[in-house]
Parts: sequence; structure tokens; C-alpha cells
Amino acid sequence: MKSSYKRYITKQTKAAPLAVFRILFGFMMLASIIRFWSFGWIETLYIEPVFSFSYYGFHWLPNLGQFTYLLFVICGVSAFFVAIGYRYRLAIVLFFLSFTYIELLDKTTYLNHYYFISCLSFLLIFLPANCCYSIDALRLKKIQANNVPAWSINSIKLLLCIVYFFAGLAKLNSDWLLNAMPLQIWLPSKYDIPFLGDLLQQSWIHYAFSWGGAFYDLAIPFLLLWKPSRSIAFIFVVIFHVLTRILFPIGMFPYIMIVSALIFFDASFHERILSFFSWLLKKIRLFRVVKVNDLQKEKSSKIASYVVALFIVVQLLLPWRYVWYPKELFWTEEGYRFSWRVMLMEKAGYAQFIVKNTKTGSQFAVNNSDFLTPFQEKQMSTQPDFILEYAHYLGAHFKSQGHQNIAVHVESYVALNGRLSQPFISPEVNLLDVEDTFKHKDWILEFNDTIQGI
Amino acid sequence: MKKNIIYVLFCFLAFVSACGVDDNSDSQPTDSYDRGALLLNWADNIIIPGYANLSQKLNVLEIASEDFTQVPAVESLEVIRNTWLEAYKAFQKISMFEIGRAETLNYRNRLNVYPTNAQEIDGYISSNTWNLELPSTIDSQGFPAIDYLLYGLGTDQETLDKYTTDENASSYKMYLLDLVTTMQTLTNEVIFDWQNGYRETYITNISSSASGAVDQTVNAFMYYYEKALRAGKVGIPAGVFSGSTLPQNVESYYNQFVSKLLLTQALSATVGFFNGEGATADFPSNGFSLNSYLNALNTVKNGSDLSSLINDQFQVAFSKIELLDDNFTEQVTNDNIKMLETYDELQRNVILMKVDMLQALSIDVNYIDADGD
Repeated sequence: MKSSYKRYITKQTKAAPLAVFRILFGFMMLASIIRFWSFGWIETLYIEPVFSFSYYGFHWLPNLGQFTYLLFVICGVSAFFVAIGYRYRLAIVLFFLSFTYIELLDKTTYLNHYYFISCLSFLLIFLPANCCYSIDALRLKKIQANNVPAWSINSIKLLLCIVYFFAGLAKLNSDWLLNAMPLQIWLPSKYDIPFLGDLLQQSWIHYAFSWGGAFYDLAIPFLLLWKPSRSIAFIFVVIFHVLTRILFPIGMFPYIMIVSALIFFDASFHERILSFFSWLLKKIRLFRVVKVNDLQKEKSSKIASYVVALFIVVQLLLPWRYVWYPKELFWTEEGYRFSWRVMLMEKAGYAQFIVKNTKTGSQFAVNNSDFLTPFQEKQMSTQPDFILEYAHYLGAHFKSQGHQNIAVHVESYVALNGRLSQPFISPEVNLLDVEDTFKHKDWILEFNDTIQGI
Repeated sequence: MKKNIIYVLFCFLAFVSACGVDDNSDSQPTDSYDRGALLLNWADNIIIPGYANLSQKLNVLEIASEDFTQVPAVESLEVIRNTWLEAYKAFQKISMFEIGRAETLNYRNRLNVYPTNAQEIDGYISSNTWNLELPSTIDSQGFPAIDYLLYGLGTDQETLDKYTTDENASSYKMYLLDLVTTMQTLTNEVIFDWQNGYRETYITNISSSASGAVDQTVNAFMYYYEKALRAGKVGIPAGVFSGSTLPQNVESYYNQFVSKLLLTQALSATVGFFNGEGATADFPSNGFSLNSYLNALNTVKNGSDLSSLINDQFQVAFSKIELLDDNFTEQVTNDNIKMLETYDELQRNVILMKVDMLQALSIDVNYIDADGD
């Protein structure tokens, strides 16, 4: 076992795919940052809100106010340095930290694809992606290499496979497969898309898209891995993500996935891309074929390989943590995030918070728009951990205003995948008495239905 | 070969991202619900006639205000009071349509912020200077300010004295006239806009995006129902948001006997809009409404249509309103429980419409500009 692991981590492969991946990843990230900035989202999503929802354990993370822009500058510049391979290791660490910092600022903006970027950039810290076609390789002879450990490229492939496969597993439920939910709600509202608009009204299309989507997610990793089916699989990747781009507001994600999927192609294909880049750069040769210093390489990559192996194990296990929670996952969302559950449900809610004086019995309702942006209110009203955090914020706020003997209750309703809205959180519970933990939240009311499946 | 495929795919990708989802197509969907007809019904049979009706009532009010200020007497006071109420009722029919010019004018607030700031009005009148265009005067104008000037100055005789023998009598008259004229001007601006281009923009804007006319109208409608009707007319006076009742915050505080009438008018307008009913008999519905839209989407919840659930809930709310005193100040002071019960029933429909209906229609609450996944 140990020797086979050793044999595996010493196995070498051509570096070209990794270099291409680094370059494209860097530029796509730079484009994402610029796009985000140009839409004014730094202001509206991170600076304007008076209150932000923090992830468990990250409450201490300071909100940077106007300095959030600086964070985006760091993120963008480091993405650019990653792309050109200048001080790569520092750049990718900075990119990972700054990007993840941005994501940690407010979980309102949580998206699986942002989490994917964090995962990918973390992984890239440990890969020798600057060994060729980089400024670093030009500057430093000792890091030049045209071969890299095979596991480094395989780890990226594996992460992509994990994303797709878990996204596919999550779709194996009765709402998705038997009721074509939530696509049955989402697709008809896209009536004004050219050519497709009328088709999207048809019930059979909702089912075809649901089943097709699930099948695509489950099968595509294998079709990309298997050489004979790779080209056709890539065509599917493009069609699938372009469709999602047309149908849903998912920003850069389709492009990132399409570009990432290129990693599955052979080194020769990537070498052609690299020579195309070289041609673009007016034949400046940044690529040097040099003999690899095997001994040194092996030593440095061994620790890295352990970290990456551990990371992959965590990635394989994390999506299963929902199994430990009782009750319906879609309803409680305990163990829902960080599990590649992408576009899986349509949830809408309404939460009316009541601040009570436990001594006098007097009470008043809170106007959420005094504290939250519409986006925050929307996310808050369907997710118990948001509701709890907000309740505590309201408690502290009204205490500081001089209110005493405060209890905070919520009257909330949630509609899930087209079901009639139901009471969501127990209105009896004083949320100030409840602390957020990873334990099951027994103050979430019963979901009066069953969703079968994984 | 492989390279060529990828090249073609990237070109395709570039093409798609270039034309993308923001593309507005002229092709009329045939199978999907006819939003053009829906918007046509809203514009031609509900909104524009509603504004026209209000404008006409405001004209009558304007004449009455001129008569009254020329000859302040018991009779002319009676006439202006009645015409004020008729206009106020007509206003309840269109208050929910805060879109287009109405939105930029902040129309609802210009006409109906209450409680009105009596102290500030007194100050303007005694100093004989005011500017109703200033945002700071928003709580000193509109129907509630006229309410104060017609009912809030004491007995009928005391009121007449203000416009005759009072040292500021001319200032009182001027202010009253200015209030009426401003309301008329604002209303005519909105109507002018509808008649000169906005109607065409509106009925053809069938886009599914947040800037589409259906999304905008439904959002304006939901905001109105939740904030102006449920909270403003019932919840706030009943102390839902303050811990103790606020009897002075009822709509039409000085003429206390019409608060219930105004609420009833507003709620019937809400129900009328939901069911696509024309503003008057002259403007029959073309049958397109949120109700029929939900039915077309076949949104069955727990065995019954969502549209019936919503309509039934409106009836429950009406039955609670019927139990209320005409005078809401009295109602919240003497028996606030009934007021709170009314609020609860109105609230039920906030959930059925804002959560269930918007989900079924796939309309985002407000415009949320961010990526999804």
C-alpha cells in the first residue's frame, strides 16, 4: 500500500495541461473580479448592508468597509500574477486568501461556484503550476520542468469529477425526478427566450431537462476520463453549460466549468494551446525544456501530495454530513451547503420577527428592510441559521436601544418546490435562548411532506 | 479534428455570450400565458381609467376648493369635504400602481403620507411660506393635510373662522388651494406619461426579467399590499410595529369616520386587480389577471387552486373588517384585538401572494442584482 502510494506520487506526466489550466484559471478569475466590480456589486453586496451574515466560526472576521475594494484589488492582481506565473506560490496563496475572505464576509452571497473557486485555488497552492510557461520559470532555473507529478493534474480532474458527481447524486430525489421540480417552476418563466421560449412551457421538456441534467452530472466525469468518449463529452459540457447560461443568471460559472474541463484533454492538445499562446506573444519562448531534478521535486511534492490527498478525502466526505441530521435536508438545510447541491430547489419564505418584552408582554414586529437588503432578506427567510443569527442581531440591537427583558420570536412561512407555504420556525421559541451549533435545530417545524432520495 | 471542434464550440460560446439572455425577442410566445394581454388589461382597463377617474374627482375637488375659499360657509365646507372624500376613495383604486412616472414622482407619498404633520402645516400657514416640492414637506401635503385643514381645526364654526376672520385666513386658503392643485398636477403628470408613450412601452414589455412590466407591476402591487395597506392602514395604528397602539396614525385621522371606508376601498381595489376586474363598467375585463395566470400555470396547492386560496383569504379579511368600527381611532383604543385580527388575516395573504404566488410566477421579490447558482 505504502509503496504503491509512493509509486503513484512519483509518477510523472507532461506539465502542459497544468500550465494551461493555471493561465486560463488566472485570467478567468481576473475577468470575474472585474465583472463583479463593474456591476457595482462590491458596493451593493458588501459595503451597503448594515449587517452581514457570517459563517459559523467566522464571526470575528472584520468587515472592511471601503477597504473591501482593496481586497478585490489584491484578489484581481494576484489572479493576474497566477495567470502569468509571476511569484506564483505567493500569488495563489494571496488569491485563495483574498477570494475566500470575500466569500466569508457574508454568507448571503454563498454560491457553490464561489466555493468551487476557493477549493480550486486552495488545491493550486500545492501544485507546481508555474514550472513552465511562466515568468517564474524564466527567472528561476531550478523550478523549470516540463514534467510534473501526475497526481497534480489528476487532483484537479478529481475535484471536477467530485463536483459533477455529487451534483448528480443530489438530483436523485423524488422532487427532481418525479415532479420535475424546481425546473417546472423556473423554465416556464423563461418564455421570452428566442426559439426555446415556447418549448420551455411543455411539461415533457421539464422532465427531459430534469432527467437529462441528472444523467449529465453523473455520467460526465466518466465520459471525460475515458479517452474514446472525451471529445463528445466535451461537446456535452459546452452545450450543457451554455444552456444553463441562457436559462439562469449564473454569471461566470458556465465558462469556468467549460474551461476547467479542458484539463481532461491530453498534453499534446495543451501543448498546441501553449504554442498558440506563444504565437500570440510574438513567439517569445517562455517554455524551456530542461531536465527535471527528480530528487528535489520528489521531496517537495511529497508533503504537498499528503495535503492534497487529505483535501480530496475531505471533499469526498463533506457532502455526506447531512446523513447525520434527522428530518428533511431541503427543509432544514442542515448539511446543505458545500455539497454541490446546485440549482436544486426553489424555496421562498417570509419571516416576521416579533420582539417581546417578557415582563410586560408588550410586543412589536420588526421591519426587516430597516436592517437587511432585499437579497439578504430573501436568503434569511428560508435558512434557519440565517434566521437565528439575525434574531440575535435584533436582540442586541434593541437591547442597545434600551429595551429590556427582550425575547425574539419569528413567524415564518416557507414554500418549497411549489408546495403550499407552511410554518417554518416554531413561533413559540425565543430565539435568543438558542445558540447556533452543528446540532440538529429542533426549533425548525415539521416538514409535512416527504422527499424520497439521496 | 479535435481542435476544430473546440474552435467551433468556442465561437458558438462567444456568440451566445454576446447575444446572451438579455436579448429581447419580438417573437410572440404562443403556448405560454399571454402577458401582452395581461398588461393590456392592467393598463387599459384598470390603471389608466383609474387615474382618469381620480383626475376627474380631483377636478371636482378643485372647483369645490375654489368655491370654498371664495365663500367659506357651512354649505361650501360641506361640499369640499364630500368631494375630498370622493377623490380619496378614487385614489385608493390606483395607489398600488407605483410604476413609471408615479414611481419617479414618489406619487403615493406625495398624496398620502399620514399622520400629517399638523404642527408643520400651522407653521407654514402662519409664516405664509411653503414649498410643496421640497421632500421635507412630504408629510404636510396630500389628502391627510387636507383632512387636517377641513376637519382638524375645531368645530365647523371654528374651521370657518380660520378661513374668514383668522389673521392668517388668506394663508389658510392659499395652502388649501395649493394642496389640491399639487395633487391634481401630479396626477395629470402620471396620466400624461401613460398617454404619451408609457402605455405602449408598458404593454409591449413582456420580458421575463426583473425589468419586465409584469415583474415591476407585481412587485409594486406586493409592496403596496404589504406596506401601505396591511401595515399602513391596519398594522401600524394597531401597534403591530411599535408595541403600543398608535390611534393618531390611522388614515384620515381628523375625519375619523372614514378610515374603514378607505380600507374597504383599498382592499376591493386589491382584489379587483388580482382578478383583473376593470375599473368601471365602461372598462370590462379582458379576462387576464394574476388569478387566471395562476390557473394557467395550474398551481394546485393541497388540492385547491392557489388563486382560490388567495380569493378566499381576501373574503376572510373582508369579514374581519366588517366587524370593525368605522372609526379606527376608536377601534384601536377600545378594542384593538379586532384590529389585530384583521391584520392577521391580511397578513395571511402577504404569505400566499409574496411566497406562494411569486414562487409560482417565478418573480423575484424586488430586484435582486446578483448571480445565482
